[in-house]
Amino acid sequence: MSRVRFCLIWAVLAIIVFVPIAAAVRSPLLAWRDPVYIAGGLAGVIAMTLLFLQPLLVAGYLPGLSRRRGRRVHRWIGGGLVVAVVIHIVALWFTSPPDVMDALLFASPTPFSAWGVIAMWAVFAAAILAAFRRRLRLQLRTWRRFHTAFTAVVVVASVVHAMLIEGTMETMSKAALCLLVISATVKTLTDLRVWAKQKA
Amino acid sequence: MATALLSRRTLLASGGALVATGLSGLLSPAIAKGLAPTGSMRGGDNNYIPDAPIVDRIGGGGFWMSGTVRRAGDGALLAGQRIQIWAHTTEGQERDPHSHGATLTDANGVFRLEMPQIVPAFGQPHGHLAYDSGDFRSVFLRPVMPSSKDNRLEAHFVLQPV
Repeated sequence: MSRVRFCLIWAVLAIIVFVPIAAAVRSPLLAWRDPVYIAGGLAGVIAMTLLFLQPLLVAGYLPGLSRRRGRRVHRWIGGGLVVAVVIHIVALWFTSPPDVMDALLFASPTPFSAWGVIAMWAVFAAAILAAFRRRLRLQLRTWRRFHTAFTAVVVVASVVHAMLIEGTMETMSKAALCLLVISATVKTLTDLRVWAKQKA
Repeated sequence: MATALLSRRTLLASGGALVATGLSGLLSPAIAKGLAPTGSMRGGDNNYIPDAPIVDRIGGGGFWMSGTVRRAGDGALLAGQRIQIWAHTTEGQERDPHSHGATLTDANGVFRLEMPQIVPAFGQPHGHLAYDSGDFRSVFLRPVMPSSKDNRLEAHFVLQPV
């Protein structure tokens, strides 16, 4: 791979991650929010960008990162994703405890809350599966299917969650990021043939 | 052939609709004994602080919250009823006491309170209103603004005597 192409891919990747975060940081809504609420919202935006990186890492699409190294980074980013989700929920809980309780109990008036909570449980499930992979003693292919199934739920539920919210994310960059998250996931699942009878 | 199938379907659909309307027409007089009371909305009482003071205006104003208060059944407009209002605005979050205020309905059962501009919070631009004064059953509303650029929002109460 040429050096130009190497730099170009990483530059595009940096832009995809940076633009939605930068746009959210410039949201006019932030003027009327306290730091805890701002941090909570931002943690959600960052979680969404991490969701975009995960399939690219696991498939080894990123130059300079072999599939093996990509997977190591994938595990770290996965841990970061769990932390981001926890910060998102805890910070929102500090901002308005009853709204978060309603969401967690699926009693919220806003449908996007339920999608967010579904995504949260699926993230936790995928992460627990990864953390206890050896101890679970599942066949690798079976483990992979479970992990992928939870990931698919995370992606779909997170995209619906984000798109239904009128919040700090700027509309265009939000829609673009959501589309990229879905595209990256579909591309990886297709290439890795997770559901194929024989390993690709 | 396709036409025949379609017309049979249409016949079934319209026939079904006719039966349904006929039935509901027979049932509705038994159900509707006048105006039904307003139920509380999901999340309506979130961040409620009881006994918000009656104020001329919440903060600097610029946004109008208004509505009516009626009695269930006969629909009579109720004067002097205390409505409490709070929201996430340009001047404070929902939990801040200074985001809360109350007003009374006038002789025509209408209330109107000026408050700071409501801004989207927890994903939607919304306000909270409460009737919680004891003479009627408590009602907590959480209306959502059709657009976050709106500078007014309405909510209407139909109260049921205790």
